[in-house]
Amino acid sequence: MPPAAPRSGEAIFSSVDRVNAELFTLTYGAIVRQLLNDLEEVEEVNKQLDQMGYNIGIRLIDEFLAKSNVSRCVDFKETAEMIAKVGFKMFLGVTASVTKWDADGSCCSIVLEENPLVDFVELPDTCQGLYYCNILSGVIRGALEMVAMKTEVTWIRDMLRGDDAYELQVKLLSQLPEEYPYKDDE
Amino acid sequence: MQFFGGSEISPSPPTPAATGAGNNAHMIYLFNRNGVCLLYREWNRPLHTLNPQQDHKLMFGLLFSLKSLAAKMDPTSADKGNLGVPQLPGQGCSFHSFRTNTYKLSFMETPSGIKFILVTNPRTGDLRETLKYIYNLYVEYVAKNPLYSPGTPIR
Repeated sequence: MPPAAPRSGEAIFSSVDRVNAELFTLTYGAIVRQLLNDLEEVEEVNKQLDQMGYNIGIRLIDEFLAKSNVSRCVDFKETAEMIAKVGFKMFLGVTASVTKWDADGSCCSIVLEENPLVDFVELPDTCQGLYYCNILSGVIRGALEMVAMKTEVTWIRDMLRGDDAYELQVKLLSQLPEEYPYKDDE
Repeated sequence: MQFFGGSEISPSPPTPAATGAGNNAHMIYLFNRNGVCLLYREWNRPLHTLNPQQDHKLMFGLLFSLKSLAAKMDPTSADKGNLGVPQLPGQGCSFHSFRTNTYKLSFMETPSGIKFILVTNPRTGDLRETLKYIYNLYVEYVAKNPLYSPGTPIR
């Protein structure tokens, strides 16, 4: 029996259970608010959001692989396309686009026109250094690490700070090949 | 298929189209990419030759080597590294089952390094769809479980 073809983001998005978008946005807002109260330092909150995203990412990758039925991506370009077209569609319901590939194909930008996490949000003056959606960069970093790619994900443009779109820069640092974990003499 | 009768996973799988009658699985193993055995269940194993640790290591080592060998001997692949060079999980072709006169072993590996192994009687048909179904169950009940820490055996 030949393996099934990969499913599109649309198809999966309509077949999984969904929560109310406003509930999701407000819950995320409450989490960030609570973190700001507890930690008070904007840098600490950024780091904590990234760590939370990382923990989510390492589990999310299995759900993504199981539902979308993709096989191994041949190179980083395909991986980035997968994240933007299938991943974001499947989990957040928005489509992102991939732009600004550099010369050797190891660094790209994912651009989000709309972002459900930031509906109704405004950054006050006291929190200007806050990356509100830093959880997303953690998720991508964690997920890619589980498929043997070490990456660095940073925010280039952020609508809450006055830019016109959300832009994430994903940079591939290295690929980790599979190693035999046991020592040979045992 | 009968084989989920002994485990604690509650929903029963759909019957795949082409399998022999009266199938019962002997054993199931689940490994992560570091060789940690996340799950081992047996329903029908008359002969135990090794203690569990050695058994898991042997199984993992066998599959690791077989996969590596299969990928290197692939006549359709363009890129051929040297034998023994580690490969990324999921890259290149991967074998999916082997059969002896007493059992059949079916294998599936995900790009995230999770390996599913099912040992059944030799008349079993192609179990790839079943293994995918098990992967979906794994995602639903294990990956999404907030009390489970990745990399530790499943209780």
